[in-house]
Amino acid sequence: MDLDLMINSFPKLLSATLTTLKLLSLSLIFGLILGLIFAIMRLSKKKIIANFSYSFSYVFRGTPLLVQIFIIYFGLGQIEYLRSTILWTVLKEPYWCAIIAFSLNTGAYTSEILRSAFQTIKPGFIEAGKSLGISNKIIFYKIQIPIAIKQSLPAYGNEIILMLKGTSLASTVTLMDLTGVAKYIISTTFKPVEVFIVAGSIYLFLTFLIHNFIKFAEKKMGTN
Amino acid sequence: MSKFNKLFISFVTIFFLLVGNAYSDKVRIGTEGAYPPWNAKDSSGNLIGFEVDLAKELCAILKHECTIVEQDWDGMIPALLMRKFDLIMAGMSITEERLKTINFSQGYADEVASLAVMKGSDLENLKTVESLSLSNKNAAKKTLEQLTKALAGKTIGVQTGTIHQNFLESGDVGNVKVRKYKTQDEVNLDLAAGRIDAALAAAVAFTDYAAKSKKPVVLVGPTFSGGDFGNGVGIGIRKGDSSSAVGKRDTRLLNEFNRAINTARKKGIISELAIKHFGFDASM
Repeated sequence: MDLDLMINSFPKLLSATLTTLKLLSLSLIFGLILGLIFAIMRLSKKKIIANFSYSFSYVFRGTPLLVQIFIIYFGLGQIEYLRSTILWTVLKEPYWCAIIAFSLNTGAYTSEILRSAFQTIKPGFIEAGKSLGISNKIIFYKIQIPIAIKQSLPAYGNEIILMLKGTSLASTVTLMDLTGVAKYIISTTFKPVEVFIVAGSIYLFLTFLIHNFIKFAEKKMGTN
Repeated sequence: MSKFNKLFISFVTIFFLLVGNAYSDKVRIGTEGAYPPWNAKDSSGNLIGFEVDLAKELCAILKHECTIVEQDWDGMIPALLMRKFDLIMAGMSITEERLKTINFSQGYADEVASLAVMKGSDLENLKTVESLSLSNKNAAKKTLEQLTKALAGKTIGVQTGTIHQNFLESGDVGNVKVRKYKTQDEVNLDLAAGRIDAALAAAVAFTDYAAKSKKPVVLVGPTFSGGDFGNGVGIGIRKGDSSSAVGKRDTRLLNEFNRAINTARKKGIISELAIKHFGFDASM
């Protein structure tokens, strides 16, 4: 065990953790928006809209995240026409390719989590609202959404932790996130065990923080 | 026999099979299989290329039974140290930095490195000396300054953990943006897609890619050698020691393969294979 290497690589890995956290938070924000939209679409009475949402989540939950990020980064880069459009300014950057892949992936999972949360809301709650003469819109925003969020919190906490670990795939498209920098240090020191132990501990600590935050939020909202 | 006993015996058998495999005297040679024409894979997944052929010749000279093992480039030296194989033949240049961790045989082939851009790039008309040796820093100074100016603000792709990355990060050509990839294939793809302005690798890696993909990849600037670019490509091997059986075996293998390279060179085998794979005599 090379303790010096572990101590020396710690600050470098810590600053790379910032990139990891940036990737994670942006993907989660976009993913949550996407997830909410697709969950609502899924509950739509129009078959075509519901089916579209179902296909989206089916495809993105049914394929590995690594494959998705490769298709978006290396695959789309091969299409010559695309490179002449304005889309290329975004797709040219590995950072945005990673964000797009992560957002779509977590969006698909989030839509499933929210959908099941919406579906478990007892019809009585909505009927109660209706009987009081509250409009459908307000029932949706003031009753359905808060209950759905409360219901889905434990499952969503899990999804955040999965996504944190998913961000390590950003290193496969040249991004210098926590895993990327760890690999970089290994490429010059040839000591994978030491460096990955430090990197792994940082991931573990982040998971610990997320886990406790979700637990705290659950308590606050009175979910069980 | 009880269920437990059956299970126990099968575990023990599997264990000894695995251990037996690890300690047989078969020589295992690690290669990347993703750096043509040095080493590559054909469409059915078999390892091919200059080093695969050369390894077979060297083993034939030594009458060793050899197996060639595939290993990702970024784990090549760690895998050697963990005894997943005994030798590295993966277009790996002999450098000071690597010599701190592992040993090398004498060089068997030499490659020059070169920058590559896509046709139409503003770097295409870069006029420099034809070849640049970094062994003499003073003589190289003028060209390095010229390159620093031309490459300022450019993003250059390299494979992680290569001499090419070391050179770009040494500061010899200023603060260029270096983007690091897992394989040379990925460097080539992003060069062709225009995500990077230029790429640095073995010149043959680009000419091979240009020929196979029909993409307008052109070499620009000087060919690089010496200094960060090392002293030719050799066989990587663990540093042996005389205190253990495996350590003695490592030393023995190093001596044997040095001898085999001499023989192969004298017989013209290395030149012949180099011409077959590179199109010119890269042997040394």
